[in-house]
Amino acid sequence: MSADAPDRPGYFGRFGGQFVPEALSGAITQLEEAWRDAQADPTFELELDRLRTQYGGRPTPLYLAERLSEAAGVETHLKREDLAHTGSHKLNNVVGQALLTQRMGKPRVIAETGAGQHGVATATAAALFGLECVVYMGAEDCRRQRLNVVRMQLLGAEVVPVESGTRTLKDAINEAMRDWVTNVDSTHYLIGSAMGPHPFPLIVRELQKVISVESKAQFAAQVGGLPDAVIACVGGGSNAIGSFAEFIDEPEVQLIGVEAAGEGIGTGRTAATITEGREAVLHGARSIALVDEDGQVKHAHSISAGLDYPGVGPEHAMLADSGRGRYVAATDREAIEGFRRLSELEGIIPALEPSHAIGWLLAHGRDALDADARVVLTVSGRGDKDVDEVVKVMTELGIAGDLGTDVVAADARPAGDADPRERAP
Amino acid sequence: MSAVGDAFARARDEDRAALVVYLPAGFPDLDTSRACLEAAAEAGADVLEVGFPFSDPMMDGPIIQAASQQALDHGYGVADDLAMCRGLTATTDVPALVMTYVTIPDTRGYARFADEATAAGLAGAILPDLPAGESEPWVREARRAGLDTVFLASSVSTDERLEAIADISTGFVYAVGLMGVTGVKDVASDDSRTLVGRIRQRTSTPVAVGLGVKTRQQAAEVAGFADGVIVGSAVVQAAGDGDRGGAAHRVAELVRELRAGVAS
Repeated sequence: MSADAPDRPGYFGRFGGQFVPEALSGAITQLEEAWRDAQADPTFELELDRLRTQYGGRPTPLYLAERLSEAAGVETHLKREDLAHTGSHKLNNVVGQALLTQRMGKPRVIAETGAGQHGVATATAAALFGLECVVYMGAEDCRRQRLNVVRMQLLGAEVVPVESGTRTLKDAINEAMRDWVTNVDSTHYLIGSAMGPHPFPLIVRELQKVISVESKAQFAAQVGGLPDAVIACVGGGSNAIGSFAEFIDEPEVQLIGVEAAGEGIGTGRTAATITEGREAVLHGARSIALVDEDGQVKHAHSISAGLDYPGVGPEHAMLADSGRGRYVAATDREAIEGFRRLSELEGIIPALEPSHAIGWLLAHGRDALDADARVVLTVSGRGDKDVDEVVKVMTELGIAGDLGTDVVAADARPAGDADPRERAP
Repeated sequence: MSAVGDAFARARDEDRAALVVYLPAGFPDLDTSRACLEAAAEAGADVLEVGFPFSDPMMDGPIIQAASQQALDHGYGVADDLAMCRGLTATTDVPALVMTYVTIPDTRGYARFADEATAAGLAGAILPDLPAGESEPWVREARRAGLDTVFLASSVSTDERLEAIADISTGFVYAVGLMGVTGVKDVASDDSRTLVGRIRQRTSTPVAVGLGVKTRQQAAEVAGFADGVIVGSAVVQAAGDGDRGGAAHRVAELVRELRAGVAS
């Protein structure tokens, strides 16, 4: 097992590969070559570094969350990807792939997005580099993440709602693949997660590795030594693989990936791919996926549009298979609890995706980790985009309390119907 | 030579291109799909491609996506599709290939799927998202079970990749006639002609062109430079375009037209 490159070309153990139509073979080879050239060219890393710091706001802080630590019973340091430009870790990958797009001389990028964070990041990079940009987003996700749809449009991208299949992330990926196979000469498919055919899982991991390069050094400087565990949420797995990468060869550091259990393991309504899935080929790679015995891909379910995906990147499948990574799951309710508690305890409103990691830590951290464990948990994005959906789901669950109600009532009051006391002579 | 190879040879003996017709199993329902495939065979198709619907058909345009989804919504599984093929191959001599995405045979297990396909009377398989470089485990099982595997070639394929495809493809080589998904654009004749030439330099296996062939005229044009012409979305559209009782009749009409095209 190596953190450097897949074992045989394009493979992590027995996972990965290039299961794509022949028509994409040219684009994939071109991308492999562009990546190899970029690795050999010091100006690529310099330019990437300049953009990460001056444009993207890196490094992001590592912050000891004392009140959360007390609540969780575990010393928890938050890696604050929510503070990066565009509000999530997604820009790390996008800036690097946009530079590759430029090197390949392609004028157009396309992307899939679930929660909209990768779509926003891609639209941002497209604006920065002057590229045409089309983002495919499941129609259901467009509804759940309307704020991000508007952000992408403001950034000059075209957002195409995808009505096929389950109208979520997997269908957005299918549609992006169809666009790519049609327009491959002019277009780079800027995949947002550590998934898809080789070399995407490798490139995305290398570009997201900056998370753990920073957190490892920050932890050593601020705390000393290595953390006992690194925790991150897993959908396709890009923030998790970036958070793990520098620690994979440090066997004393536990790697814990938190998947979305949706309504609960065993309910049939989850997105916990590694926990409940089986080995299968999906979206260009052999990995683990939620498929039935015929191979038909099942509907995933999660409150989080970003984790609502029936597959996972091949390197996570390998880490799970070898036992190097430990993959657990948090339910929708646990995620909401994580969302609320981090807001209340630390003044940080996290995205629903990392709320799964926080919710898992609060619910299970005491049992799963030693009492003196020191953990690094990646807050992969900020939660502004999620507030409407959280209120909606909490209301459905009957746990919203007063959340959202006062303001709505005041807004809804007709202008001519002011407080009678103000009308009194 | 395989049944598919024989079908191409017979067409060549008649001084025409072979006509390959695609229809998905279970669309608009299982019995009607079988009736449509039988009608296509009687109307002059030389080879049948039976689509096994997959939930995430990455290479298909709206027509085949919708047909596949309808079949899946009926609740048909691979076992139903295979049973339909068993009935079909018992009543027609026209060789039939299964066309599906690699996730289906891979999840079922290559050995089991290959055996089941052979038992259902199928002559081979086309797996468009299984490139030659990833195909060794499947091809081993397919060969053992006596199945052809048809590989796709594209104008973007390098010479090196075309060598591998030409080397490994049996039955015929599927030359992709355009850059895109099924059923949207029209075949790019110049690019296809060049691609067919590049493949023929490397193999004596017949070369058929598919994607973007919808009409008799297009079929005739492609038949001018290829050994076979593959038509999918247009036939699927004919099957779905009206009442179920008339589906087989509409398919037969279109196939007769296309057959006249490949023979002109």
